[in-house]
Amino acid sequence: QKRVAQFTGEKKSNGLYTVSMIEGDGIGPEISQSVKDIFAAADTPIEWEPIDVSPILVDGKTTIPSSAIDSIKKNKVALKGPLATPIGKGHVSLNLTLRRTFNLFANLRPCRSIAGYKTPYDNVDTVLIRENTEGEYSGIEHVVVDGVVQSIKLITKDASERVLRFAFEHAQAIGRDKVTVVHKATIMKMSDGLFLSIARKVAKDFPNINFNSELLDNTCLKMVTDPTPYNDQVLVMPNLYGDILSDMCAGLIGGLGLTPSGNIGDESSIFEAVHGSAPDIAGKSLANPTALLLSSMMMLRHMGLTAHADNIEGAIFATLAEGKALTGDLGGKAKTYEYAQAIIDKL
Amino acid sequence: DIFKPTKYGGKYTVTLIPGDGIGGEVTDTVRNVFKADNVPISWEQVDITHNASPEVKEEQFRQAVSSLKRNKVGIKGILHTPISRSGHQSFNVAMRQELDIYASISLIKNIPGYETRHEGVDLCIIRENTEGEYSGLEHQSVPGVVESLKIITRAKSERIAKFAFSFALANGRKKVTCIHKANIMKLADGLFRNTFHSTSKDYPTLEVNDMIVDNASMQAVSRPQQFDVMVMPNLYGGILSNIGAALVGGPGIVPGCNMGRDVAVFEPGCRHVGLDIQGKGQANPTAMLLSACMLLRHLGLDDHANRISKAIYSVISEGRVRTRDMGGDSSTNEFERAILDKM
Ligand SMILES: Nc1ncnc2c1ncn2[C@@H]1O[C@H](COP(=O)(O)OP(=O)(O)OP(=O)(O)O)[C@@H](O)[C@H]1O
Ligand SMILES: Nc1ncnc2c1ncn2[C@@H]1O[C@H](COP(=O)(O)OP(=O)(O)OP(=O)(O)O)[C@@H](O)[C@H]1O
Ligand SMILES: [Mg+2]
Ligand SMILES: [Mg+2]
Repeated sequence: QKRVAQFTGEKKSNGLYTVSMIEGDGIGPEISQSVKDIFAAADTPIEWEPIDVSPILVDGKTTIPSSAIDSIKKNKVALKGPLATPIGKGHVSLNLTLRRTFNLFANLRPCRSIAGYKTPYDNVDTVLIRENTEGEYSGIEHVVVDGVVQSIKLITKDASERVLRFAFEHAQAIGRDKVTVVHKATIMKMSDGLFLSIARKVAKDFPNINFNSELLDNTCLKMVTDPTPYNDQVLVMPNLYGDILSDMCAGLIGGLGLTPSGNIGDESSIFEAVHGSAPDIAGKSLANPTALLLSSMMMLRHMGLTAHADNIEGAIFATLAEGKALTGDLGGKAKTYEYAQAIIDKL
Repeated sequence: DIFKPTKYGGKYTVTLIPGDGIGGEVTDTVRNVFKADNVPISWEQVDITHNASPEVKEEQFRQAVSSLKRNKVGIKGILHTPISRSGHQSFNVAMRQELDIYASISLIKNIPGYETRHEGVDLCIIRENTEGEYSGLEHQSVPGVVESLKIITRAKSERIAKFAFSFALANGRKKVTCIHKANIMKLADGLFRNTFHSTSKDYPTLEVNDMIVDNASMQAVSRPQQFDVMVMPNLYGGILSNIGAALVGGPGIVPGCNMGRDVAVFEPGCRHVGLDIQGKGQANPTAMLLSACMLLRHLGLDDHANRISKAIYSVISEGRVRTRDMGGDSSTNEFERAILDKM
């Protein structure tokens, strides 16, 4: 039986997979270069297809060039650097556009402590899955009368079931035997109640996985008190809670510069660094490529190239733990390419 | 907006709602400590019993509300809300809406002598209590499609912003940060944020800024010292007060209150029922006691408040008598005894 969002791309006759590459703005090109260099040095069976996603307006709607859409549809997987959100001009954010275009229904955000980078929390290893298409981000809002606004949180059976099923399958894939749904069904009895009741139903199809539910308040409280009890679980939740908690988890391990992310869809999936384009340091070889690199590791695993991912990831973590070639944001002096070279030397 | 209830026979009458879980245990401590310090308060207790029938509970809830309306001040433990769809709406929320106690305050501060992962935390979360995501308006359009309404109004956004600014001034605080998600909920959170900024013009001595809620949560666990007063819609308040409580030691130590124009209800600032430790003598009464000290200051009984809070702080910082949530092995009663001895 096909798993939710299972990768269906195929190798070409030269033995390589093609991956669409959105380098992104600001520091995007520099950090993408590090990924390319390291992948090449590690003999990863991947060939990059650079694409341009500069937004265009078609009939007043924000969209991306059809060549980019075709590329991602064909390759079924993309790696994406940060995109600067154009302010004003009636553009919907590009991230939202990509999410809608490819129906990327789940956002996958693992956060693991980096040996060598000290924060108040040690040994964090959380995995969080966020519903990515509806909930509080339905975009349905209106002004009832002047000064009174209604914003609609939309929870549907179909979207909930899809992301929940993905959560259980992902737990199996990464060898965790607990799935916890985070909700606020004491207050939102119908909407979060629906999410929760579907979770209970989906759980029946996964008898080897322990299913739990936890009130949002308790998750916040417990995770910030001590995140390690979550190390054997996969957390899954509606959109807004996932947005907030995934960034909170990133805070536990030192911020967005270190956290990877995957946007998962049935047809295609896009792996990305969630930090911004950092225009202040762009072009100076100061950027830390770790988040994009770790995202590319998620991508390799999604494509079934697990051994390659393990190999490169080992070199990344060893370089960070050693602490000799760190970029400025981690308190080091290394240039982006020097850090990448240090990783290559460890392969 | 500061009002004072009247004294009768030299005493204030204060409503006391023990609530569920550990509520009875920690409000007992408050009673005992107040009695030992001869605080001029007589309690009017209203129980809302956990396992009573819906009709009885409804009646008890009515009594609680009318007692609070009469006395204008109360202290309260947390009432349990069932998850089941057929279960009743949250009485905690209903009470806040009914009494229009629109501003919830949680004081998140390190307790001297009790080390946590973060030091130097001293922030105050002010949360709109009566609208937002807690509107209770939900419906199922067709089977499998549910809509839940979040309501944001200019009037209530302005009211809570003003409250936050006045609170900051009255308590010598410098900065007020508005927490929102206006990049996504452009109209709803946009209205909240814009109203915050336009209201801030009347408070030129305060520094103001705003931050998106996911970023704020990330900042809160990495650099919480940057925050002073924070003001936000209902749901984000729930999230951040729990994150905040965890920074300084948990729900057992964070005090709070809910304020309206007429009524003030003092309850722990991080609202947990504590069903898991009910009746075991493990509850930490600090949050409830410190909330009760806020009540004393509210009534102008500062001497009592100072004596009691000083005793609490010195017991904690000496470190010999602490409850389990603070890493000790003392019971609620032993902790209470230690405080009474200090006084
Ligand atoms: N990968 C990175 N390596 C080093 N520093 C980074 C990295 N990503 C972000 N930063 C730093 O973090 C800060 C905030 O970055 P961010 O990218 O969010 O900027 P931004 O101005 O918000 O960009 P955007 O408008 O694209 O979101 C900046 O000072 C930036 O230099
Ligand atoms: N005053 C207190 N002293 C010590 N521990 C406390 C106190 N208040 C809450 N806790 C603890 O905080 C944790 C979270 O509280 P709890 O799980 O009871 O939340 P809750 O609101 O009761 O959950 P639910 O809504 O599911 O009933 C629990 O482990 C509880 O024991
Ligand atoms: Mg976010
Ligand atoms: Mg940014």
